[in-house]
Amino acid sequence: MKYLSILCLAALLPAAGCLRHSGEGAALTPEAKGTQITEAGGGKQIASVGSDLPQPVVVQVNGADGNGVAKALVTFRGEGLQFTPRQALTDTSGQVTVTVQLGAEPRGYEIVAETPKADGTMASVKLRAVALGYQQRLGREVNDKYCIRCHDSESTPERVSNFDNLSPAPHAFSDGAFLNNFSDADLAAITARGGVAQSKSAAMPPFGGSLSDKEIKAVVAYMRAVADPPYQAPGVKYGK
Amino acid sequence: MADTGMNDDTNNGNPGPLRSRPLARELMVFGGVSVLLLVSLAIAPAKDYFSQWRYHQKAFLKLAAERQSGTLVKNFHGGIRQIWNEKLGVVDRCETCHLNMNGALVDSTSQPFRKHPPMPHEAEQFGCVMCHRGQGVATTAEEAHSATAAWEQPLLPARYSDASCGQCHLGPLAGAPKLNDGRRMLSSEGCTHCHLVRQPDGTVIKPDDDPPPLLHIAEKTTREWIYAWIKNPQAYAASATMPNFQFNDQEAADIASFLISQSTPSAKGQEELRARPVALGANAATDSASLYGSLFCSSCHAVQNAAGNLVGGNFGPELTRVGNKVTPQWLNRWLRNPHDYEPSTRMPHYRLDDKQVALLSAFLMAKTDSDFAAGAHVPPADKDSAARGRKLVLEYGCAACHQINGVNPPQNFGPDLSHVGNKPLAQVIFVPGMKETLPAYISAKVRDPRSFGAGLKMPKFSLSETQIESLATALLAQTDRAAHLPGELLIPAAQPTKYEPGGDAGRLMQDLHCLSCHTINGHGGDMAPDLSYEGSAVQRAWLQEFMSNPNTLRPALIRRMPKFNLSSAEIRTISDYLLSAYQAPGFDAQAFDPRALNSEDAARGKQLFYSKYNCQSCHIADYKTDKGYVGPALAGVGLRLTPVWTYKWLKNPNALRPGTLMPNQNMRDDEARDLTAFLMTLKARTTGGGK
Repeated sequence: MKYLSILCLAALLPAAGCLRHSGEGAALTPEAKGTQITEAGGGKQIASVGSDLPQPVVVQVNGADGNGVAKALVTFRGEGLQFTPRQALTDTSGQVTVTVQLGAEPRGYEIVAETPKADGTMASVKLRAVALGYQQRLGREVNDKYCIRCHDSESTPERVSNFDNLSPAPHAFSDGAFLNNFSDADLAAITARGGVAQSKSAAMPPFGGSLSDKEIKAVVAYMRAVADPPYQAPGVKYGK
Repeated sequence: MADTGMNDDTNNGNPGPLRSRPLARELMVFGGVSVLLLVSLAIAPAKDYFSQWRYHQKAFLKLAAERQSGTLVKNFHGGIRQIWNEKLGVVDRCETCHLNMNGALVDSTSQPFRKHPPMPHEAEQFGCVMCHRGQGVATTAEEAHSATAAWEQPLLPARYSDASCGQCHLGPLAGAPKLNDGRRMLSSEGCTHCHLVRQPDGTVIKPDDDPPPLLHIAEKTTREWIYAWIKNPQAYAASATMPNFQFNDQEAADIASFLISQSTPSAKGQEELRARPVALGANAATDSASLYGSLFCSSCHAVQNAAGNLVGGNFGPELTRVGNKVTPQWLNRWLRNPHDYEPSTRMPHYRLDDKQVALLSAFLMAKTDSDFAAGAHVPPADKDSAARGRKLVLEYGCAACHQINGVNPPQNFGPDLSHVGNKPLAQVIFVPGMKETLPAYISAKVRDPRSFGAGLKMPKFSLSETQIESLATALLAQTDRAAHLPGELLIPAAQPTKYEPGGDAGRLMQDLHCLSCHTINGHGGDMAPDLSYEGSAVQRAWLQEFMSNPNTLRPALIRRMPKFNLSSAEIRTISDYLLSAYQAPGFDAQAFDPRALNSEDAARGKQLFYSKYNCQSCHIADYKTDKGYVGPALAGVGLRLTPVWTYKWLKNPNALRPGTLMPNQNMRDDEARDLTAFLMTLKARTTGGGK
């Protein structure tokens, strides 16, 4: 009898632990289902490792008629990411807003937002975010001081862009389709010795006299980080 | 068995005869105890054998073998690995599990075998906990990473990692934006008026938010405005630095009464308070707006536009509702000469004439907000109101920031934050529901101090989450460890020099507050170019023309040098001083002889300008053809710069202005000479149209 009760207790304890875990997030009761989910804002953001994205991510759940669906369940996931909240119901316009905290590793992260459809399958949308480590942050500072004057077409009263005045037009650092074709060494050479170092336009001046090798490496690392489509470093890849 | 039982009974109390053979029962007990002992002796080696780190090391070897990294397996040395640096007090065993910090095992993306991303220092030199915190000597993940009963230093979350840099790097640091922003805010948000923040090298972070003295406040504004301002500073100006003390109506009214009652007449310019009647003319409205524009008030002052966005600089106070605040008499005198009211103000003394003062004053007084005025229902003052106000002013430390007659500035009003970055968690009182970590505590304190108790004195600042994170980062850098680091590791912040220009020109430059925007010899602001070498750079005629009518060299910029209405005698005094005192070293006449330059040199220079060096990408030599907006326009550079400066600048711009955007093109001497010849022929007097 005594053994039996101990056995029962031993069996009950883990069960109780499991119960507590499954209780999380059970308060959400979806009342509707959509047919598709789309990004409404907050994709392609950049922040320091471990930080929140500067803007919240907003996704939109629509029904078959293309209108927003209220009170549909949206779940967020992404390796290394933290979402607040992880699950939520859409508001009256069919949107869910979520704060995303990036992981501690400097790399690109994939945000996946899912909503169940009426047929039992999931509709999902994928967004990308980039976490900058020390080296890429250093590169961003160099970029913000020197490079964006010509390589960024956005113009503000404090910082007028020169982009429109240049021919051939400079490549934005996010232009992965073009920049991913260059090796790190080639990009560093163009930065240090000017466009002529790779038989490109002489309008790109040499910055080897203004920037240290460390800064040039950093700015190349920044270009790699913000490349879209993402940059794949050469080298052996193993499956998971 | 029965026999044994009988023996036990008979031996009870009396020693029996000695036996040579142990009983079976005794043997069983002995055997049991021996096995128990053996097992207990095996616990320690077994624990060691089955330890977490050994498990990770085996997993690492297995992974390396799977990926045919033969050399990795061959050269692997198992056991506890540690980085030991006696001088820094570092004993870090993190590499016992984090075996792939150098990335020798390629494409290993999951912890603990992830490659460490590029870092500014060698791990062998500084160890791991200097940057990441945690317990370096621990050999289980739990104890190394988290706060436990014995060791309470958890890992520093990655979002605050800049804080670790700040332990040695005491000034601005490239690649650590949060640390830099946070440190700047400790000054610009006025935190250090009340809190002492002493850095490991002994320097104290000083406030630079420039809160106005309240000595003559009754001349400037009314009791009603002070009341409304104290109640909610951000309702008057969204960008206001003044925090919200969450006073109730009566308290705010009492403080306003006291501040009015302590106000004394300003020493200078009493008669100036009387307005001088001036005819504004038929186009007063447009004239005054264009005067506000042409004086470049918006270089320093912001105004909210119709869309609710602030337009203008943040060096001076926001002017969106200034008409609700100041009296017209005060504004008139302030515009005539601000130093008569506040000798220490950063606002320069514009030499405005009576009509300009009247126009500008009318323009600013019209900047009112009826909603703001309607909200200010100040309770009437009774005879004890000022006395109660004085008590509140003392209690809440108003004089830590503002000069107030009869109230001494309190010393060390808030807690000392010099070592807040690793405040022991046992000393922290958390509010129920909050995450019990130091970063969470510091952030909550900054975000809403009164959430820790309604009676606390610290006011509520209006800060964004990003700003709070930056402030927390700067405060987390203030650790005990930093205070005890070897002195040679510390990299102090560059301290400004005490340079002030001397003589008549110096007094004039003081009056114009040149150093509010320009830096000279290591002292001054960073809003406008450094003038330390200006005497070598520019020509006298251009300088005098520029000071009488400052036309921007960068047509696309909004922020510009204001026009001061200087007299020709004043212009002569300043330009003489600038040209003689602010010379770059090595700029004697022998350095470069412009007389030998001829038109052929200039023709070659033009070729270099447009073809080889593509200067027109960033500069404008000819407004008709060029569009470069990055550097200054060069269409009139032959009138502006000296040939020797131009030549030396082309050869190595960084030597003359470290950190300039202009790249060093590694020009040959003859190329720089030809380009100088070409640039000296550019003498257009007009500036082109905007972009």
